Amino acid sequence: MSISQRPGLTVTALDRLLGFAMAATVIAVGLGFCWILGAIVAQGLGQISLAFLLAEPSNAGREGGIAPMLVSTLLILGVCLAIALPLGLGTALLLAEFTITDQRLGRLVRRSLDFLAGVPSIVFGLFGNAFFSQVLGLGFSILSGGLTLACMVLPLLIRTTEEGLRAVPPSYRQGAAALGLSQTTTLFKIILPAAVPGLIAGLVLGMGRALAETAALIFTSGYVDRFPRSLMDSGRALSIHIFDLSMNIPGGDARAAASALVLLTLLLLLNLLAGALAQRWANSS
Amino acid sequence: MQTFEMSQLSSLRRAHRRDRILRHSLRLLGSITGLLVLLITLFVLQEAWPALQNLGFIRFWTDGSWHPLEGSFGLMPMVLGSGLIALGATAIATPLGLLSALFCQCYGPPLLVVPYRRLLELLAGIPSVVYGFWGLVVLVPQINRLHPPGQSLLAGTLILSLMILPTVALLAIASLAQIPSSYWQGAAALSLSRWTTLTRIILPSARSGLFTAVVLATGRALGETMAVLMVCGNVVQVPSSVFDPVRSLTANIALEMAYATGDHRAVLFVSGLVLLAIVAGLVVMAEGISNQGMSSESVIVHER
Amino acid sequence: MKKISTIRQYSLGTVAFLMLGLTACAKPPQAANSEGIKLQGNIVLTGSSTVAPLAIEMGKRFEEQHPQVRVDVQTGGSSRGLADTRNGSADIGMVSRSLKPEEGDLTAHAIARDGIAIILHSENPVAELSPEQVVDIYQGQLTQWSDVAGGPTSPITVVNKAEGRSTLDVFLKHFDLKNSEIQAQVIIGDNEQGIKTVTGNPNAIGYVSIGAAEHSIGRGEPLKMLPLDGVSPSTTTLQDGTFPLARTLNLVTQGASEPTAQAFLQFAQSPQVQDLIEQQNFVPIESAPLAPSTP
Repeated sequence: MSISQRPGLTVTALDRLLGFAMAATVIAVGLGFCWILGAIVAQGLGQISLAFLLAEPSNAGREGGIAPMLVSTLLILGVCLAIALPLGLGTALLLAEFTITDQRLGRLVRRSLDFLAGVPSIVFGLFGNAFFSQVLGLGFSILSGGLTLACMVLPLLIRTTEEGLRAVPPSYRQGAAALGLSQTTTLFKIILPAAVPGLIAGLVLGMGRALAETAALIFTSGYVDRFPRSLMDSGRALSIHIFDLSMNIPGGDARAAASALVLLTLLLLLNLLAGALAQRWANSS
Repeated sequence: MQTFEMSQLSSLRRAHRRDRILRHSLRLLGSITGLLVLLITLFVLQEAWPALQNLGFIRFWTDGSWHPLEGSFGLMPMVLGSGLIALGATAIATPLGLLSALFCQCYGPPLLVVPYRRLLELLAGIPSVVYGFWGLVVLVPQINRLHPPGQSLLAGTLILSLMILPTVALLAIASLAQIPSSYWQGAAALSLSRWTTLTRIILPSARSGLFTAVVLATGRALGETMAVLMVCGNVVQVPSSVFDPVRSLTANIALEMAYATGDHRAVLFVSGLVLLAIVAGLVVMAEGISNQGMSSESVIVHER
Repeated sequence: MKKISTIRQYSLGTVAFLMLGLTACAKPPQAANSEGIKLQGNIVLTGSSTVAPLAIEMGKRFEEQHPQVRVDVQTGGSSRGLADTRNGSADIGMVSRSLKPEEGDLTAHAIARDGIAIILHSENPVAELSPEQVVDIYQGQLTQWSDVAGGPTSPITVVNKAEGRSTLDVFLKHFDLKNSEIQAQVIIGDNEQGIKTVTGNPNAIGYVSIGAAEHSIGRGEPLKMLPLDGVSPSTTTLQDGTFPLARTLNLVTQGASEPTAQAFLQFAQSPQVQDLIEQQNFVPIESAPLAPSTP
């Protein structure tokens, strides 16, 4: 690779410009975030208490708490990840590791994924309602909500994991082959651990997307604000609760902000957990 | 890529049944994604079919306005609206996201990088209704002071760029993280400037990942509904400036679906179908560009 | 009593957290209901998001009386309520408007009324608009507030509802307008979006549900409702039938309902839920004589 020589002066000026642009970006994004978060905190923090976290809602959510929504949200996320993680990991492996033997299928799958990433969430919701709730007979349930979300986060999960797998140096694979390891062993012991950063980026984005999703869940996991008794029960996700309080319930703004604050805290904890688990996996392998 | 093939061959020679099972199950998993796309497209097509049959496809492009209950079904302004909002948001979020990624992965002090990354991750998890709410209560009144009514193409673009920024930034961080450290060391040994290192070495080698990031983010921007619905004003018209209100195809579905019956409902699914067609076009275009990128990348690998 | 139920809620919450819910939280069996009839099973309601919060509260009270019954409320809009009732996936549909002639296969059960008021930002000095002025403003013939007596010198921002919404239908019918004639600067969906649009824009004019507007004004938001034909909009004038702009909130069924669903319909129209209707800012149906100009 040839690197053209440039006069030192131009280069330093460009460097300074780059540094300036980076600093400006970080400050601008940080300020924007603090502005939004500040608005949520200012409205919602006063509403949060132990009772808010542990009680059932009453008076359409203006009073009471959000406990059933927390449970439903975690269950929906659980179903979503239980489906999307293995499916996503498998597909990413196919795309990144078997490109030569499965070139056609790979191209088709990659095209499909990019397409899925652009499907509006409300279309996912209507589709999930028609397919999971009606054709498969799951009705309004946590299961059909989780499955619909899994379809939505797949593109994020697969494409990031694939990029992670691609970046594993070929020498790893050569070394494994030279040692006579089987493909399966090579994948699980060598390639996957090395691709963990990509996997985590996908997981974090996917979880954020899943927790924040509203339109896809209204038609699938539904609006019922009780504790779900099983995965076949309808359960209202926190994001839907926030949407309902801020757009449908007069006087629900403060409670909506408080619920949003809880949702963000939950996401922060889950992200930290995902990071810690990944670290441990990468170290142990 | 030669070396990769060799490793494939040698492991194939030793392949047990386990490996075959693995490959077949991976193929199965991969096919599910393709199947899903087929199902979704068929579903939307089926729901839109009555309208296409009764009205034909041409009327959606030639009708002057959108008043589905009074028999005019022009989608063109909304196609333009969706396109402009997504394009604007991607144009803003891409450089910001890339600079954020460079800051996190290459140049920022660790003390700042860790919280900044968490911040980006949280931005990804704020429900779109919260963005929309904030936009409506804070951003729109500010724009209204500049130029009424406030609900505008500009407001939608700004909110949306903030929403897709984490997608660009986090995916870009992941692909920058995978650049071998020997590249950096080599650049340092040659005492290359930051600018040269980035534009000549780092960005080209991360190109495929960065491109994926932008494509996924654009898709997200096209598909976003709630926030756009709340800040864009939703008037069906071709905007003459960034301060004019516009309606996106997604907002069209979300606004009217709740009360739509019969033909009106089918017509809304036509706008969904058009949106899917736009996304498909984007994907094919992206693939074309990305293939060029890939081939130049493999040249780099060979030179190495 | 209150304390005990709070404790139960706490423990329910904790258990649910721990189990992460596959089998948790079966409610303890309660005493048999007062009427002695053993009603059981699930009732599914789908439809209008305006009616849904009210239906949920009614459902909770109904469940207290009939512990064997579960009332599941789902949203998705009035059209979904109609469709689901027709294809049988819902027992009862929720519709935030009166049924149209072509919907004669369904039976409507009115449960509450909701008025529609024209709203302005409270800083706007305009105190009243004649029906002609409202029409001119919405048709784009009056574009400056200064064209109206007492108005400031600033352009009018017209806020309209999206096509198909029942508040739009009622508004159009009352002022004898066609939606294609309206020159709007902002088009909105839900009531709260309308309220937030007007509170954020001193030059805006819009129309929303009276209950929602009253609630916001009560919380001190910069909003005011304009009188219509000399009658100031409030839940009181709506209740005595003097305010002309109103819509009916309905539950709809097709054919004969299950006994449980029938019991719920009766319950939803009974005085037992009057306080819930008022709590959600609507007007109970019995005390509202039908306003003359209601479509």
